[in-house]
Amino acid sequence: MEFYAISLLNGISYGLLLFMLSSGLTLIFSMMGVLNFAHASFYMLGAYFAYTTTSLVGFWPALVVAPLLVGLTGALFEKYCLRHVHKFGHVPELLITFGLSYIILELVQLVWGRSSVDYRVPVALDGPLFTLFGTQFPIYRAFMMLVALLMLLAIWLLLTRTRIGLVIQAALTHPETAEALGHNVPRVFMLVFGGGCALAGLAGVIGGNAYVTEPSMAFSVGGVIFVVVVVGGMGSLAGAFLASLLIGILQTFAVAIDTSLLSLLQSVGVTLTPSTFGYSLWQLKVSQVAPILPYVLLVLILIFRPKGLLGTREG
Amino acid sequence: MQGEVRSEGQSKVQSKVRGDVYEFKPLNVGRAIVWTLFAVILLVAPLIFTSSLSQTMLSQMGIAIIVCLSYNILLGQGGMLSFGHAVYSGMGSFLAIHTLNQVSGGWPLPVSLIPIVGGVASMLVAILLGWVTTKKAATPFAMITLGIGELVWAMSLMFPEFFGGEGGVSGNRVVGAKTLGITYGPQIQLYYLIAVYTFISTALMFAFTRTPLGRMLNAVRDNPERVEFVGYDTQKVRYLSFIVAAFFAGISGGLAALNFEIVTSEVVSGNRSGAYLLFTFLGGATFFFGPILGGILMVLAFVLLSEFTKAWLLYLGFIFLFMVMYAPGGVASLIMMNLRVALFGHLRKLWVGYLALGVTALMVLLGAATMIEMLYHLQLNAALGSELTFLGAKLDSKGFNSWFGSVFVMLTGLGLFEVCRRQFLKEWSLIQESIEKEIKRRESL
Repeated sequence: MEFYAISLLNGISYGLLLFMLSSGLTLIFSMMGVLNFAHASFYMLGAYFAYTTTSLVGFWPALVVAPLLVGLTGALFEKYCLRHVHKFGHVPELLITFGLSYIILELVQLVWGRSSVDYRVPVALDGPLFTLFGTQFPIYRAFMMLVALLMLLAIWLLLTRTRIGLVIQAALTHPETAEALGHNVPRVFMLVFGGGCALAGLAGVIGGNAYVTEPSMAFSVGGVIFVVVVVGGMGSLAGAFLASLLIGILQTFAVAIDTSLLSLLQSVGVTLTPSTFGYSLWQLKVSQVAPILPYVLLVLILIFRPKGLLGTREG
Repeated sequence: MQGEVRSEGQSKVQSKVRGDVYEFKPLNVGRAIVWTLFAVILLVAPLIFTSSLSQTMLSQMGIAIIVCLSYNILLGQGGMLSFGHAVYSGMGSFLAIHTLNQVSGGWPLPVSLIPIVGGVASMLVAILLGWVTTKKAATPFAMITLGIGELVWAMSLMFPEFFGGEGGVSGNRVVGAKTLGITYGPQIQLYYLIAVYTFISTALMFAFTRTPLGRMLNAVRDNPERVEFVGYDTQKVRYLSFIVAAFFAGISGGLAALNFEIVTSEVVSGNRSGAYLLFTFLGGATFFFGPILGGILMVLAFVLLSEFTKAWLLYLGFIFLFMVMYAPGGVASLIMMNLRVALFGHLRKLWVGYLALGVTALMVLLGAATMIEMLYHLQLNAALGSELTFLGAKLDSKGFNSWFGSVFVMLTGLGLFEVCRRQFLKEWSLIQESIEKEIKRRESL
């Protein structure tokens, strides 16, 4: 019971972090058709900006300043690079963000070094929130969940209840009409791209100290958030939410389970020896398989439900 | 002589039948020359560059050319942006090295056929994984290939029995029957094996672009909806092409296994896939010969540039960014554009512009590179003091003079470059206009 409760809570908090990342990616994708390959790099940038800002002015200002800086970087990139390749089609757009991910990685290593930096949870949020069945649940995890849920609420309100949200929605389905009505569609795109990057930056601010802030952090989540977007359904925000939670919980549980098919078979009386065919497959522990589970899920979804969990379009 | 006695009507019928069935194809002289030249270059390159470093590099270039060309079947001809092509070259490598070890154990297979084993193995992997991968096109395809690449890479660390874990799998290529005294011990012998494979694979891949499948692949890239209406299954076209591409990637992987005699799990990593994408694009995905240039550039960058500077990935990233923005056809398209200008006899007018652009670009590069090198020096070699030597000049990475100098050089270069670029652009568009006019004039003749 203790194991399930704690794993579930950890899984949800990891899933919500994934959602903060994939929501920005999904927003950018559904509005501009651009798959931002450098999205995880913006996440990393957020963590490093927050590290520097925290050491200068403290964590709470950093929580606001770092995402804004990341968003600004994203908006500038959109304005001076991405917009120029828009006319060449979607593949060059993807390629230019791919090139950007190289540059960001190198620049981060150049500025902050190649090993991890000491970006810590602030003192006010350090420590246990409550004790469940003898295991402590840290405050910071709860804080992460809170930020993610607030962010979700804010995006939803922004997109459905404000004027700028309506303009954004109009610009993504009917860009020509929106432009004819006097709205600056390129600027809307710039805002959306910057906003999406800022969300990734926010995830970096609160994820960087919960996990490790190092140059390989972008690469380690990069693959997973793409899986989230495909599994949830391309361009579906609700799907991304569901898929993030699913993958977060799945991975957290798998990491903690220390059994293998071998021990399972042993418990029902079948004993395998190293000479059995495929022994290395049988003796794999579930925790060892954990890193590939999201990708297995991706393949299964593509076979059985190609449009994703909540997706509406196939292709 | 027969034509004289034939009536006009008869000859018309004859020519119509000819046009439908027995089309006369003259020998394509230009193509024959190009391919002969390619073969000759492959043949004499190691005789000109005789050092052992250049022989190793030439071998790697052959391998890179095959894999970039195979990647371009997906990217250039099929419009499929794959982030997981290393899976297929890598699996080819692994199967090849395991086969090589079996040959050492007594299998009667000549070493020279091992790359084909790698190719067939990759083909089988592609038959299995490709079906899922090619379910979608465009952007979702890119994400799925990324996911599958990650899957295979993560699995390579899970099964050390097959993938060799951290240390990789090593082998020895000097085994088996020694036909005509060829042992593949010396690098030069292996080079010629690679050269033969490179030539044949390139020829086969070029032939593939001329097959109905290759043509349909182009159609699927350009207008999938219409292809569906005509009655083709776009997924099947993508799937079959994907398998073909994987076969050639596997051949290159097999050659790489023979060349290095060790295969680590790095060969299936996402970095490797990214490099294939980067250099195929830099070489030029829109022309068949673009990836050949890309493969050569890849080896030059990995071997020479990485020796020359620690910041090479940063330079590479910037080059790629500028290429995507200003020359999306890669180096090949730049060559072809200038070739067109030259064919119409306008290249003479441009050389001043090129010279000016080159000199100013070099100034920008010099300033920027100096700053990047100083930054890298500060970050990585701080223990060695703040002084460094770059291109023969002594720099002080903490001194004001060095920084001021490099910023000054870069900004001056940037300003002059912009002036030259505008002038050049004017000349260039004038020339293009006159070429268009000339083409129209010739058509109306």
